[in-house]
Amino acid sequence: MDNTIGAAGGAATGVAATDMAAGDKSRRLKDKIKVLKKLYPHTRSVLLPALYAAQELYGWLGEDALEAVSRLTGVPSAEVKGVVTFYSLYKTRPMGRNVIYLCTNVACFIMGANTLEEFLEKTYGLSHGETTADGRFSLVIMECIGACDKAPAMLVNDDCHFNLTIDNIKAILDNYK
Amino acid sequence: MKNVILRNIENPSSHRIEEYIKAGGYFAIEHALNEMTPRDIIDDIKKSGLRGRGGAGFLTGTKWQFASLDPKFPKYIVCNADEGEPGTFKDRVILERNPHQLIEGMVIAAYALQSVRGYIYVRAEYPQAEKILNEAIKEAYEKGFLGNDIMSKHFRFHLSVHRGAGAYICGEETALINSLEGRRGEPRIKPPFPVNAGAWAKPTIVNNVETFANIPYIIETSPKAYSFLGTKDSPGTKLFCVSGAVNNPGVYELAFGTPLREIIYDHCGGIRGGRALKGVIPGGLSTSILTPDKIDCPMDFASLAKHGSMLGSGAIIVLDDTMCIVKIYERAMRFFEHESCGKCTPCREGTGWMRTILGRIEDGMADMEDLATLEDVALNVAGKTFCPLGDGAAHVLLSAMKHYRGEFEYHVKYKKCEVTDPSHRWGHLSMGELD
Repeated sequence: MDNTIGAAGGAATGVAATDMAAGDKSRRLKDKIKVLKKLYPHTRSVLLPALYAAQELYGWLGEDALEAVSRLTGVPSAEVKGVVTFYSLYKTRPMGRNVIYLCTNVACFIMGANTLEEFLEKTYGLSHGETTADGRFSLVIMECIGACDKAPAMLVNDDCHFNLTIDNIKAILDNYK
Repeated sequence: MKNVILRNIENPSSHRIEEYIKAGGYFAIEHALNEMTPRDIIDDIKKSGLRGRGGAGFLTGTKWQFASLDPKFPKYIVCNADEGEPGTFKDRVILERNPHQLIEGMVIAAYALQSVRGYIYVRAEYPQAEKILNEAIKEAYEKGFLGNDIMSKHFRFHLSVHRGAGAYICGEETALINSLEGRRGEPRIKPPFPVNAGAWAKPTIVNNVETFANIPYIIETSPKAYSFLGTKDSPGTKLFCVSGAVNNPGVYELAFGTPLREIIYDHCGGIRGGRALKGVIPGGLSTSILTPDKIDCPMDFASLAKHGSMLGSGAIIVLDDTMCIVKIYERAMRFFEHESCGKCTPCREGTGWMRTILGRIEDGMADMEDLATLEDVALNVAGKTFCPLGDGAAHVLLSAMKHYRGEFEYHVKYKKCEVTDPSHRWGHLSMGELD
């Protein structure tokens, strides 16, 4: 049994993946879903991990990706859309190469997260859900990311960054091209 | 004080299976499989008095017994690692630093319930934890603590990680089950309870990460040794995660019943900058705020209930006197509005209206009637929803309005804040170069 399946998906979208031919993507998604099906007693349950797999292959979850997931899992396409829009962290629109997930919930808020939000707006012209013109950053304003002792905190793609200040956030973001 | 949950935590490689075994890990499984019947295990967990660490504090042994007595098979073991309650970061420590203790606890639960399949539902916001957990599961398979013939005892149990996708409500067990089944994470009405009809309508136990992490200790020592720690009503130790205006925020494993004052002033080094304490949210954002006169309250289930709040997840958010209550609860309500799943009208509509009115008060656009309306809306959300999200949103606001009434009225009367001026920057950050 393959136990690394839980890791299917992830933030990396990769240019190569999105350049793949449509048929290719669909075939690879089919293979992934086949493996995922072994983890659950009912096919329907593969939907969440299948959406992550599709997101990785297609770059984001547009019509074609959702159609493919619906076809390969047998879940009606309206239901797939219902599920994908329920959750906050699926990419339902094209996103930048790097996604900043900035926590602004109370523990980060009282430590100054809203100042960082203003900083991102002023420096990169980013507000919640937006992407910079050069496609380098997208911003997602988060509820608690469970790093309250090191507030304010953010994730950039899969990396955690803690104890943010106006002085260190720019240097951190400079590492993401 | 003995570390039950964070044992071996000072070892930087504590997440590796060799280190866990060296520290006495996986001994409890051996003991359970060799010398105990499933019923013995359930009896021991019941005797220990272990209570769920996710927030509700339900007796773990009783939950297991209910699931065990249901004749339906297969049964499912689900770990709730969807740690979303704002202010909570205790499960992250277990997942990243002590994942094998969680796995061991789940295998023992599986043996007790004769379950062959388990899932760990990890929130998408914890990519590191998910990686470490997957690695730990792989190690456990290789060493024969998971798989088809665990410790050559003809007992099989398989475990995998199911990643959430960003929804606070999935921390509620029936919503979590819907999400595991590939659906929108909306809560289900209870009964039936998951112990009878949970995942795929089969008997299912859903326990918090920290709850499972307590199991190996109870099995390898004794229920008596376990209940010796903590208080009569709340046995054992608890992970308290402290954030906000203290000098040393972090996760602390302490006996139940430790006074809040001791946690804030001794363990966490007191209030940052020597400022005055304004209030404490003792168990995560969904628990009612405590005023400074109540901080001698022992941190356990019964004492906090007596003080009009809840132990919740043990997430302590400390507020100092520079922080504005109205602004904090406006932000809190934005959270509840965002996370309301929309199923129950009072919660879906009520959280939005409460946030709107709070915004009006904060912006100096409100009149006294708004305060009455706000209370009225809150009272019409409380008790009128499927799950506790709406209740939480209403009750935390009502308690803040009760205890900090003057501050709300000041905002309405003078159209400004009593404690912060408009140019005030929260936290220790300065906009400096930007201004």
